[in-house]
This record gives sequence, structure tokens and C-alpha cells, in this order.
Amino acid sequence: MNGIAYTRYELLRTFRNRRFFLFSLGFPLVFFWLIAAPQHNKIISGTGLTYATYYMVSLASFGTMMSMISTGARIAGERQAGWTRQLRISPLSVRAYFRAKVLTGYAMALSSLLVLYISGSLLGVSLPAGRWLAMTGLIIVGLLPFAALGVLVGHLVNTDSVGPLMGGLVSILAFLSGTWFAITSGFLHAFGQFLPSWWLVQARNVALDGHAWGARGWITVAAWTAILAAGAAWAYRRDTARV
Amino acid sequence: MTTAATAQIGGAATKTNGGICLHGLVKSYQGPQSPIRAVRGIDVSIAAGETAALLGPNGAGKSTTIDMLLGLSKPDDGTVSVFGRPPRDAVDAGLVGAMLQTGGLIRDLSVRELVAMMASLYPDPMDVKDALEVTGLKEIASQRTHKLSGGQTQRVRFALAIVCNPDLLVLDEPTVALDVEGRREFWSVMREFAARGKTVLFATHYLEEADANADRAILMAHGRIVADGPTTEIKARVGRRTLRATLPDVDPSSLAGLPGVASAERHGDAVILSCVDSDQSIRALLEQYPAAKDIEIAGGSLEEAFLELTGEPDADEQELGAR
Repeated sequence: MNGIAYTRYELLRTFRNRRFFLFSLGFPLVFFWLIAAPQHNKIISGTGLTYATYYMVSLASFGTMMSMISTGARIAGERQAGWTRQLRISPLSVRAYFRAKVLTGYAMALSSLLVLYISGSLLGVSLPAGRWLAMTGLIIVGLLPFAALGVLVGHLVNTDSVGPLMGGLVSILAFLSGTWFAITSGFLHAFGQFLPSWWLVQARNVALDGHAWGARGWITVAAWTAILAAGAAWAYRRDTARV
Repeated sequence: MTTAATAQIGGAATKTNGGICLHGLVKSYQGPQSPIRAVRGIDVSIAAGETAALLGPNGAGKSTTIDMLLGLSKPDDGTVSVFGRPPRDAVDAGLVGAMLQTGGLIRDLSVRELVAMMASLYPDPMDVKDALEVTGLKEIASQRTHKLSGGQTQRVRFALAIVCNPDLLVLDEPTVALDVEGRREFWSVMREFAARGKTVLFATHYLEEADANADRAILMAHGRIVADGPTTEIKARVGRRTLRATLPDVDPSSLAGLPGVASAERHGDAVILSCVDSDQSIRALLEQYPAAKDIEIAGGSLEEAFLELTGEPDADEQELGAR
């Protein structure tokens, strides 16, 4: 019914949570300054991008992925506390509930993105306004599979395992998608392109020529979104059936 | 299976028409070894505006029944109708507020914010300030929800249920974490709320709570309803009175033979006689044992009625783990 007020309180809660600042904002930011600051103007061979640009987008993809998947931690926590049952006897619709959760995830992700953009600018990343927007747009679209993954994880996993699962998953995806070092050829290059996080990291190429994803990128992201959304719907139904 | 009955009532229903109607409800769970038959066919109607207590020991099927009433679980068989609608529709229309047996609060909001958040979900909520006031939360309204004591948390959960201003208020063992004073305040607010023409159903272990706060008690045991009526009527059904006296050196078995006495037992110097006709018993006692002193006669408590009606051993031993 009145999902707007509900979303507002969800945002308030999330931004009051210190863990959010630590993991989604603080962690990528610290890594960015550690890795990129000493040699920010140097070009990384094979990419045509400076350290500052490369790691700005790489770590933004890391932080935003973490933000979206942490929706799962919040859902798992609310299930454990019995709060989900309390909400289910209120007129709040399932759709409004998930909308609030996903919007909150995006609000966190965009905060993470913003602090990295600011840090990048301070280290000399300079792009035309149109390219900043295009890059942001691709990241927003590229996060859709992770929005669904957050809901899936939240309904599948309990609070004890949600932390390690999230941390492990994001670390592996970041490694395989070229977050920490450029993957420009070989098996990892061929394999990585099947991952949704790969294309998130590829948003950096907007800085080169304004284009980052070919048809392959769009199809991969769309396919993962469809698969994970179906998985999320299944997990939600399974979860409520059991209660 | 639910559609026929509920659709009929639903067609003619106004907002709160029809009260609550549970018909032929059955629910089993998959237990560790074998299925647990938590609810085994119950029929209850509660009129709009009535306050009913659902009484029973652990495993009687109270919470399972409440889950079905709220639409949180689907009955295996039977129908549930809440104000002439299926439970889910009544919930969506904002007619139902509940304090569930288990359930914590979400963190990182103040008490006031959490209550306001719940109020924002309902079409016709109470004023948040009023809800905080009547539940005694005014002083701690700015505190964060994860820093509250057990009793305070329980008050907040009550505030969350009544701020919705529901036509049906369901309370599942609501006073568990409260101290004596907290309980007294809780029931006084609940009765005030019920007096506004609301329908209230509460589950409890505490018989005196049912006696003091409900128009009617529904006793459950082993997934069935074993008694249903005004609390006074249930007490009368047992009809026994207890005669207690100080009377040393008398064999209880000879006391049990007195007219009107059903059974007798000894506790130190005191004897306790359970009487079907206490008038006859007291006359006979004083005549035969003039030394008896400190005599008290008490009416049957709901506690005794409760034990008598629910304590019968059950034919089926499998439901020990039922909720």
C-alpha cells in the first residue's frame, strides 16, 4: 500500500548501519587509494587505461556488488528475527517489500560509486559528462543480476552463513572479472566473459572510447538477470511455503 | 476447499461482518520421525466485538491455529474466514493486527520510527503518539530498538499491533516477558482497545488472564477443542470446591469417606478435600472431627477446570512436539 514510507525507513536503517560504511564504502575506498594513488597516471599495459581509471571502476564494481548482495544479509536477518512474518500479516505487498529492498541496495551502491568517482577525480580521472553518465548507466544495469542474487541469497541462507558466502562469492567474482589485475587474454579472459561481474568491470572501457559492452555483454547480463530473478522467485516461494 | 464457504459469506459481507469463523481445520507437520498432527479438526466462531481467550498447554495447537487464522499457513483441510473474507484478503485490507509468539524487532530504528513505519502500512492507523503513550513507551520513544530490555521489546511489539488500529487483534502469549506491573498495564490497555468494538483473540497459558480479560475461553488440548464457553461456565462445569483444614493425626482415607467428598489428601498437618457438595462435607467434618480448624473453602479455579479438561492422556502419543 504505502511502500514509499516503508522504503524511506529502510534507507534510514541501512545508512545507520556501521557495517555498511565499513564494507561497501570503506573497503573499496581504502584499496583504491592503496593501489592507484602511488602511480595514478601510469597506463596499465594492454588496457589503455590509467591506474586511477582502471581501479576506480574495478573497485566501484566490487563495492556496488557488495552493496547489492548485502540485501541478502538484511533479508536473512529479518527472517531470523521473525520480522518477515510480522510484515506478512501487514498490508505491505510482496512487490513493495522487494522494491524497497532493491532500491535500498541501489542507494548503497550509488553511494559507493559516488565516493569512488570523487576519489578518481582527485587522482586525475577526467571524463566528459556524457561518459560519466554512460558509465554509471552501465553499472546500474550491470547490477540487476546482483539485485536478484541478493534476494535469492536472503531467502536461501541463514544469518550464520550469509556473511562468509557473500564475502567469498564477491572475492571470487572480483578475481575472475579482472578487478585486481587486468585479464586480457587466455582462459581466464574467455571464461570471465560469461560472468555478470565481468561486464560490470568492463564499464571502465567507456573511459576509452565511450563504448564498453557489445551485444555479448548485454546478452550475458540479461541472461543472468533472468536466471537469478527466477531463482529469487523460487527461493521466496519455497521460503514462505515452509513457514 | 476454502472457496465455497468463504465466497458465500464474502459476497454479502460489509467491513466487519461475520466475525471470525474457523471450520473443520486440520493441520499436520512433518516431524522428525513421523507427521505431527498439530490441529485435528476444530470449529470456532467468534463474533465481531468479542474477546476470546485460547487456552491450552504447550503443544495443544494454539499457535498453529493462529498461524492459519492469520493466513501464515494453509490448513490441510477446513476453512478460515475473517470478517467474511479469506485471511489473506483481510490482512491485505489492513483489518488484522497481531503480536506473534516469536519475533524480534529490526534494528537501527528508534522505537518511534519503528511504530511509525508499521502505522504507515495500514489504511486507518492510530496516531503514533497515542500508541506510544498508551503502551508506556513515551519515555523510550527515541531509543534504538536493539537496545531495549525484554519487557520493553514486548511493549513495542504490542504497540506495533495496536497502532495498526485493526478490527481483529490477535495476541499469541503476549505477556510472556512482562513483569507483574507490566502485565497489569498490558491487560488494561488491551481491554480499552477491545471496548472500542474490536475483536480480540489471545492465546495464553495463564488461566487467570483468560478469566480476567476474556468474555469466553476456548480450551485446546492435543489439537482439539475440549471446552468452549464463558469462563464462569467452564468453572461451573467442574463444579468442585476445595475444603482445606488443619487436622493432624487423621487418616485421609477415612476423610475421603465423608459425605460430599470426592477425594482427600494430606499435606503435613493440613488436609485438602475435593468436594462435590462442600455444604454437606463441612457439616459432616465438624460433626466427626471437632478438632478441625483454620477451615477454608474455595471455589473451583479455572486452573482445576483446565487440568481436568485437558489433562486426559491422549490415545496418540505422536503429537508431543506439536506447536
